[in-house]
Order: sequence, then structure tokens, then C-alpha cells
Amino acid sequence: MSDKLTLPAQQGSSTASAETLLKVEGLTKHFPIYGGFPIKRRVGAVQAVDDVDLTVGAGESVGLVGESGCGKSTTGRLITRLLEPTAGKIEYAGQDISHASRRQLASVRSEIQMIFQDPYSSLNPRQTVGTIIKSPMEVNGINPAGGRDKRVRELLELVGLNPEHFNRFPHEFSGGQRQRIGVARALALNPKLIVADEPVSALDVSIQAQVVNLLQKVQQELGIAFLFIAHDLAVVRHFSKRVAVMYLGRVVEVGDRDSIYARPRHPYTHALLSAVPEVSMVDEPEERERIRLAGDVPSPIMPPSGCRFRTRCWKAQDKCASEVPPLVRIDGNRDGHLTACHFPEEPTIAAREEDIVLDPALAALEGPDKG
Amino acid sequence: MSTLTKTEGETAPTGPESFLSVSDLRVRFSTEDGIVKAVDGLSFDVARGRTLGIVGESGSGKSVTNLTVLGLHNPKNTTVEGEIVLDGKELVTATEKEMEKLRGNKVAMIFQDPLTALSPYYTVGRQIAEPFMKHTGASKKEARARAIEMLTKVGIPQPKSRVDDYPHQFSGGMRQRAMIAMALVCDPDLLIADEPTTALDVTVQAQILDLLKDLQQEFGSAIVFITHDLGVISEMADDLLVMYAGRAVERGSTAEVLRRPRHPYTWGLLSSMPRLGGSIDQALTPIPGTPPSLLNPPSGCPFHPRCAFTGEVPGDRCSTERPPLGEGRAAACHLTAEQKQTFFIDKIQPRLR
Repeated sequence: MSDKLTLPAQQGSSTASAETLLKVEGLTKHFPIYGGFPIKRRVGAVQAVDDVDLTVGAGESVGLVGESGCGKSTTGRLITRLLEPTAGKIEYAGQDISHASRRQLASVRSEIQMIFQDPYSSLNPRQTVGTIIKSPMEVNGINPAGGRDKRVRELLELVGLNPEHFNRFPHEFSGGQRQRIGVARALALNPKLIVADEPVSALDVSIQAQVVNLLQKVQQELGIAFLFIAHDLAVVRHFSKRVAVMYLGRVVEVGDRDSIYARPRHPYTHALLSAVPEVSMVDEPEERERIRLAGDVPSPIMPPSGCRFRTRCWKAQDKCASEVPPLVRIDGNRDGHLTACHFPEEPTIAAREEDIVLDPALAALEGPDKG
Repeated sequence: MSTLTKTEGETAPTGPESFLSVSDLRVRFSTEDGIVKAVDGLSFDVARGRTLGIVGESGSGKSVTNLTVLGLHNPKNTTVEGEIVLDGKELVTATEKEMEKLRGNKVAMIFQDPLTALSPYYTVGRQIAEPFMKHTGASKKEARARAIEMLTKVGIPQPKSRVDDYPHQFSGGMRQRAMIAMALVCDPDLLIADEPTTALDVTVQAQILDLLKDLQQEFGSAIVFITHDLGVISEMADDLLVMYAGRAVERGSTAEVLRRPRHPYTWGLLSSMPRLGGSIDQALTPIPGTPPSLLNPPSGCPFHPRCAFTGEVPGDRCSTERPPLGEGRAAACHLTAEQKQTFFIDKIQPRLR
């Protein structure tokens, strides 16, 4: 069902100077569903990720946004090869790792690290902080100059924790501090790429900024490439130079930060941006467009044919049901800004003459006079 | 064991228009580790048809306050002091029977997680109909018709058949809609919404928030809206109460508090939060440290260990003397009004670009 019209070379073109570190092509992951009695057989599949193309340059920060169930976390887990892809290719530093064995992956694993969402369940409660941060070095047989313990203390200091807390257990730390431990662990092996899966969404607002700033410092000072997976558009905008928007297993739009946030073309990106509640701190805030979709995201077990967003799109036509829109650069887009849509929107987020309200309850309550 | 004691302290004006009036509320839990002062001297008022937003981080006491209003706290280990007056009726001393008459009738609540707040055993329709039957004495048939009417109102497709569905057959957004229908079925005068959209996706959240706003216009109920998300508050609330460590630190109209904040904690919240319209080059300014434990809250102003402006207050007032929260538009801080204004304009506002 995939026409390969995408030219991955275009994706990196906006950051042509940076060499490509990670290249993902046609990445697909279907989780089988088994059912039936007495013999269980495959009755379907959750099409979590379908035909995703993505590139991450060396030292580049790429954001991956989307709502729950859009496959962004699965994509992250496929890239770190915690999951085996159903189809597609993952190329890391020129090496195809899409189906590499444990042994082949050994050298790559130390270069791709992950930071997890929940700092409470991603740290072993029975191990001290020192042991937690040390274990990646032990597993990979790395002996830094001055010993592993010294390196652990350096890392603790780097992430803003007291090196004397070496022998403490995770429960003695707050959520934000635990996330710092997770960052220190990810940094222990001097990785080239860090996949951060919702690293701040479990934290309080005042603590979030601490961790975002830490990640930004790490990214800029150590030149580590980041794949920043999050549902919070404002955090992703703050952190990532390039952003990919996912919907129901597919990348619908990708481009540099400004293109996505100020000149989006895909209707879903428009809807997503307009749905973010924004603090109005000035007396006369700029009017933003108002789009209210109807219903929820469809099930990835039976995704809509053609464009997956068509069931909630206000521009959908017959073509959208029959043809999968390719992720390409469309007229009016800047270099590297790719959109998968047959009928793209105007590249602006300013208020429209008429709000788009698809939700039946809202439309009924607001009546014809309010649009 | 609820005890009522008259304590001095700031009391909010109980005007005739204020529908819910909480004054000097103190809620304490006794736990194995000691006494948790979850709410400490909180006062606020909500008028009919208005929305009060309560914003604060986890553990700031915002949810406890509203569970107490509904009398949903565990009486075995909770002490409640102060006054909660709903439409002229005192609630702290009210009996369980009296509270039962109020809940779901005059006051309704929307919870954060609709999957745990709805019973998996009963159909959605039955759960919506139950409070209606209890409070209005309607027959099963009438209640069912009412449930269908409410489901239509909140935008559930095919309400006539979905009324017999179980909660697990609904998606997250639809469950939250069903919960709103349940809360509004008796046409309550006060609706307490405790993080009603936190578990939802952003596009669904926008639908639900707008739905709540539109329904409020139709029903004219007062809403107490609890959230940690300043963006959501900015769109929903008329008035705003910022809570920290079980106390209100700033109060005022939403526009005033967000555009001309006066408390260092509010400054900290605003400048630590990335915004879609903000400048990308402007680094976030986090609030140092972590929220305090309510087992042993800091003396004086609870925010002083994290505050960057304690040096501006003469002596050690910040750590010894608790700043009072005045009436109306106010911030509980020892800085002078002039200082608050100049610091905000000179040091904080440039960070919010």
C-alpha cells in the first residue's frame, strides 16, 4: 500500500551540513492479534507504525509529536531496536540494523541510548544510583580513565546531582532528580543518539523546565543527536530544530521548527496546533485559528484507507479514501518541509473567517450565529 | 471526625452573589509519618455562572480542597476546620445524609480519569440515570429518556444505542463526555471539575473544554476548575487561585493574574513553561528545588526556600512570618506592591517573550 514517492534525501537537505546519523525508511511495525477457539490464529494486527521515513543528523535534535496511539513511542522503540520491525530499514551510521542480531547490535547499542517517561519505574529500586549509572559501562566492558566510580561522579555532577549521593537509592530522590539519574545513565556510554520518550511528561511544571534545560545543555554541549518524543507541542518546539508530526502510525508532516509551527500545511497539524491551550499573557493576544475535530482517533487495527486522517478531516474527498497521500514537498513549502496531503491548507495559523467546528455537540450548542 | 472551630485569619467576603464560599479551610490528614497539612487556611468564593480556576502543582492541595467541599474525604483520619458555605448552607458540619442530598444534585463532580470514575459493572445509561432517579424521583423510563437526552447534548453519536453500552466500549474522550453528562443530569448549580482533561489528547481536550464552556452558558452553573495546566486555565477560568503547599498564594481575575502576576511563584510557573508563541531563544527559567513536603512545610512563606526574591525583603520575614493573602486581587508575599511591579517588569517580563 505504500508508494515510495518520498525522497529521503530531501528530508536532510535543510540541515545539509550535518551528516545523517540515523536513517529510517518505510519503517513498519504490526503487532499481531490472536484469537479464535480452539486453535488460536492471527485475526488481525495493530498497525502501530506504518511506512515511516525519518532522518536524524549527527548532533541534531528532532522532535516527534502526535497524540496517544499514533505510534511515536513504538517508533522510538524500533529505532533503539527494543522491538523488531515488521518491515522497513533502519540505518545507523551507514550500517543496516533493522534485523541485526544481539551480537551485531552490541557495538551500536552503546551509541544509541534511551531516556524513559516514568522515572519511577525505569530505575531499579534495589540498586543504588551508583550501580544504576555504572551498569551500562559494566555491560559494555568500558573502563574510563580513573575508574568507573569516578566517571559516575562526573556524570552525577553533569546532570546537576550531588556526587555524594552515589550510594543512595532511587526512592530517596524526587521525580525530577530521578529523571536526572535516567539522563546520567543514558550519558554513561557517550552515546551519539538519545531517544527520549516523553522525558518530562511525568514531571510537575516547575520541574519540567529543569529537565528540559538539562537535556538542551547535554544536546548542545556534548553534540548528541536527540529524537525527542512527546505529546506536548510547546516542549517539542522548544527543544527540537526539526519536527515530525505523526497520526495513526504515519508521519503526516515533517519540517523545520518554523515550518511546522508557523507554516503548517497538513490539516491535522493545523488542528493539533489550534487545540493547544495557550496562556494569554498580553492584553490583546493574536487571534489563532480555531479547529475542533469530532470524535477520537480511529483504531489502528482497522485504520481508514488512503489518508488516515480523512475520517476527521474537513477537506476530505473521494481521492483521500482511495489514494495514500505521499510525504512530499508540496508547492509553497520550504526545503525539507514535507507534507502528506492531497488538499493542503494555507501555510498560516492565523484566525480564519469561520471557525472549523466538526464536533456535533459543539456545533449544536454554538448555533449558526457563532459558526 | 470533623470539627468546626472558629479561627482567626483572612476571611473572604460572603456576598449575596457568592454561591460557594470557603473560608479559612484547614484540612489535615494523620498518616503514619505524621500530620499532613494538605490545606492550610484557604479562602475563596465562586459566584453563579462564573468559573474559578485553581492551579497548582501536584500536592498543592487543590484536589483535597474540592473533595472536602463534597465531603468525600475519609472522616477517620481527616480533620476539617473552617467554613464551607454552599448557597447559605454550612457543609463542614453537615451530616452524611444532608451531603447525600447535595451530591450529584446541587453539586456535581467531574473526575480526572473517566475509566476509574465510571463503574465497569453498569451501563453508561444506568450510571447517568441513577442520580436523576435518586434526586428527582423520576421513573426508570423517564430517567432513561433523560440519559439519552444528556448523551445527545454532550455529543455521543447514536445515543439511543450507546446508552446501553458499558464504559469500556467508549473511547477516552467519549467516557469523559459521559461523565460530563452524568454530572449535569440534575442541572447542578456547582460543578467541580478536577483535571477533567489531563488524561485526554490535546485535540480531544479542546473539544471537551469548549463543550464545558458552552454547557456552562446553557446551564448557568458555577464551575470550580482544577488543573496544573496554565494554558487550560487561561482558556477556561474567569477568576484564578494559585495554590502552593496547601495555601493560596495569589488570587485575581485570570487575565490579571496571568498578565500582571504578583507572586514570585506565579512568576516562576510562567517563566518555566514553554509556550507555542514564546521565543525559542529564550531559555526556560525553572523554579529551583522541589515542592515542599506537607508533613513539614517550611516556616513563614512556604515558597521562601525556592524564592529568588527573599533577599529583597528586610530581615528574615520570609522565613518567620507567613504573608497574608489580602482580599480581592492579592498575592501572599512580603514584597511591597511597588517591588512586585518593578521586579515583574524588569526581571520577569523580558523572560516571557
